[in-house]
Amino acid sequence: MPSTPSDMKTIADIVARHDADPTRLVQILRDVQSTFRHIPAAVMDRLAAQLSIDRAQVQAVTEFYTFFSTEPRGRFDILISDSITDHMLGSREIAAYLCECLGVTPGQTRADGQVSVDFTSCTGMCEQGPAGLVNGYALTKLTRDRVERIVELVNDDTPVSQWPREFFAVKDNIHRADLVLGTKLQPGSALRWMFQRGLDSTLDEIAKSGLRGRGGAGFGTAMKWKFCREATGSAERFVVCNADEGEPGTFKDRVLLQSYAHQVFEGMTVCGAVIGARRGYLYLRGEYLYLHEPLNAVLAERRRAGLLGSNIIGRPDFEFDIEIRIGAGAYICGEESALIESMEGKRGVPRNRPPYPVTNGYLDQPTVVNNVETFAAAALIALKGGAWFSAAGTEKSKGTKILSIAGDCARPGIYEYPFGTTMAQILADCGGTGAMGLQIGGPSGIFIGAQEFERVLGFEDLPTGGSFMIFDQRRDVLEIVRNFTHFFAHESCGFCTPCRVGTSLLKNQLDKICAGHGGKADLAELKHISKLVRATSHCGLGQTAANPILSTLERFPEQYEQRLKAISFEPGFDLDGALEVARRMSGRDDAHAHLAQEA
Amino acid sequence: MTEHMLTIDGQRIPFTEGQTIIEAATAAGVYIPHLCHNPEFKPHGSCKLCTVKVNGRNCSACTFPAADGQEVLNNTQELNETRRTITQMLFIEGNHFCPSCEKSGNCQLQAVGYYLNMLDAHFPFFYPSREVDASHQEVMLDRDRCILCELCVRASRDVDGKNVFALSGRGINSHLIVNSTTGKLKDTDISVDDKAVHVCPVGAILIKRKGFEVPIGERIYDGQDIGQVSLEHEMPIVEEAEHGR
Repeated sequence: MPSTPSDMKTIADIVARHDADPTRLVQILRDVQSTFRHIPAAVMDRLAAQLSIDRAQVQAVTEFYTFFSTEPRGRFDILISDSITDHMLGSREIAAYLCECLGVTPGQTRADGQVSVDFTSCTGMCEQGPAGLVNGYALTKLTRDRVERIVELVNDDTPVSQWPREFFAVKDNIHRADLVLGTKLQPGSALRWMFQRGLDSTLDEIAKSGLRGRGGAGFGTAMKWKFCREATGSAERFVVCNADEGEPGTFKDRVLLQSYAHQVFEGMTVCGAVIGARRGYLYLRGEYLYLHEPLNAVLAERRRAGLLGSNIIGRPDFEFDIEIRIGAGAYICGEESALIESMEGKRGVPRNRPPYPVTNGYLDQPTVVNNVETFAAAALIALKGGAWFSAAGTEKSKGTKILSIAGDCARPGIYEYPFGTTMAQILADCGGTGAMGLQIGGPSGIFIGAQEFERVLGFEDLPTGGSFMIFDQRRDVLEIVRNFTHFFAHESCGFCTPCRVGTSLLKNQLDKICAGHGGKADLAELKHISKLVRATSHCGLGQTAANPILSTLERFPEQYEQRLKAISFEPGFDLDGALEVARRMSGRDDAHAHLAQEA
Repeated sequence: MTEHMLTIDGQRIPFTEGQTIIEAATAAGVYIPHLCHNPEFKPHGSCKLCTVKVNGRNCSACTFPAADGQEVLNNTQELNETRRTITQMLFIEGNHFCPSCEKSGNCQLQAVGYYLNMLDAHFPFFYPSREVDASHQEVMLDRDRCILCELCVRASRDVDGKNVFALSGRGINSHLIVNSTTGKLKDTDISVDDKAVHVCPVGAILIKRKGFEVPIGERIYDGQDIGQVSLEHEMPIVEEAEHGR
């Protein structure tokens, strides 16, 4: 328990480093967690006092994000990515082996405090898994050999900074580049063109390009910028780049930030000029901590080059800078208003809309929140014009889309395609021709079967934020759906009743069916709850949480039906299991102490 | 001034600029079931009981702005079934034992259950383990009954200016906390006269030694359904707010 004067000094330093700014609470708690391996109660009091906020707020934020804990985690805190694509690469077996070698139980810190192992939602390394995190830093390609090496390093107390660098190697794996990935942008060139052309004309070019938000929802980018620009009565405007790439199976923003950071920041700066903002933020998911330093280096480079800060490209009237904020393990923060709440140092709970962020966003000011890929495309459009972009794609979906392809294919990785490309074409290119089904757009998207592979990429047919998972004949549809359904129950923020309770009910109901305890009525019930959660939830998370169930029930009903028991009634709980306590108390385990539950 | 109009279940309802659908409905004497909404506080939109169909789309009546020409569906079989299921969800995620609860008969969750003809809990109970806080001299906090509506959070923040309550945790583990180092109510600055103590729609926040002052059988919802009570109580509040606009 940190209570010594030097601990208190450490806390004071952390607070000072963040200018005692309460909107930076999540950042501050990240630092506290990494220093003390948890957020002790005494520290909560201290932080509340030093930030002049309620202690309840500190506790509430601590207990919301999965990367914070109130009990100490190990000096080496290892999290294994639990995405279905990691499962398919053997992550569960790797995790079991790791726990066995270390002598730990998942979710519990080893008695000596040295190490803890747990599971976490998709870490975005789907094509180079099984993946994980150690003290926040991404681990890729975990093999049994690597696990054995990690066990030695942990037991020898070798600091993570001295672990072999190849454990942390993150590859781009770009297999198909098109407009966005294939065009070289000289840093500053888009900004120069923008001023030459004029801000109004630049916004016109964005409009002409037909660019729509790349996070999945597809709102018109120019329209969003225009609304924000025209919002009245504001003290300030903000640009926010949503790099909380949490949709399982998506990793294209990781690649953009790793290798196209200038382009992304340039797009944000273009937006800043167009809407009249002086400050921009990049909200980076906690899982991508490894990108924090390199991104800060790019920002520093841009400041030195006169592309950020004041007097940008020699224009005394243009001032803009970008700061990075890091998340702490919450898928919901990919929802723009939840992201804004998180940026303000709160729990990531989606706001009521209207009003929308374009008028009432960060600090209640007009704010543009766009996806990483949207800004990367916007920078190029500012440089090359709208027609250049809109020449590709379809009538309703202009330009290209970057896909993160993972799962059962020969060449997983990054593929950029014009909208309108068929699934069959994509599968042929990545060597996924044996596919039985595809999950397009991640768990919140839809599952399609082989008879639908002539369908096309696009807002009018199959939209996606980038996730593209391939499953071949060996895969069990229900196991996939179960993984997704557990994910939503884990990530629901808990604000509204249908999502908070409904996602747990769906999880339990599906587990029951998968365990072979379900009857026909259970299937009807599963559908009933699914529809209600979809129809009445507060935000996109709840509205899409039942998609995996509903889209597979429609296409693969037989997969569900063959799990059902052939009886009309099935108890809601395990009768024999319920007697376990009584058996232990009475010391009996004979046949008469058991209840048969078979039909 | 031209009068703004929308329809609810075919009935023409006037509204004024800035009103939400539920405010317009209440002012016109139309009840839309709700739990987290209380016209005295900022709209919240979390319980989803007030889900209505606006031009074919589901919306929360308590947060959605009224607009000219909206066709709102409210008292339909489909919506009431949805509301009943949501009420059942609220029952099974907590520990609600009506027969032994001091709030029985004065409880809005129970009353809404009756109103929606809820005859059973339908879903398996979650039986969560939740902390009861009886540390305070006069105020009792029984989290078993909390439905996470945040009315106490809003009342304490917006009316009492104290921030005694907050929601913490995430998802199904969301829970009410109080603002003190020990996490106990006795160490907060709550007072029995605080608005926050009097807004709980269920029996989560109770004033001690008052539980049975009114006998069962003579309680608020024993004689009237929640639709009538709600309108009688809330109509003047909405009207007054209208004058202040």
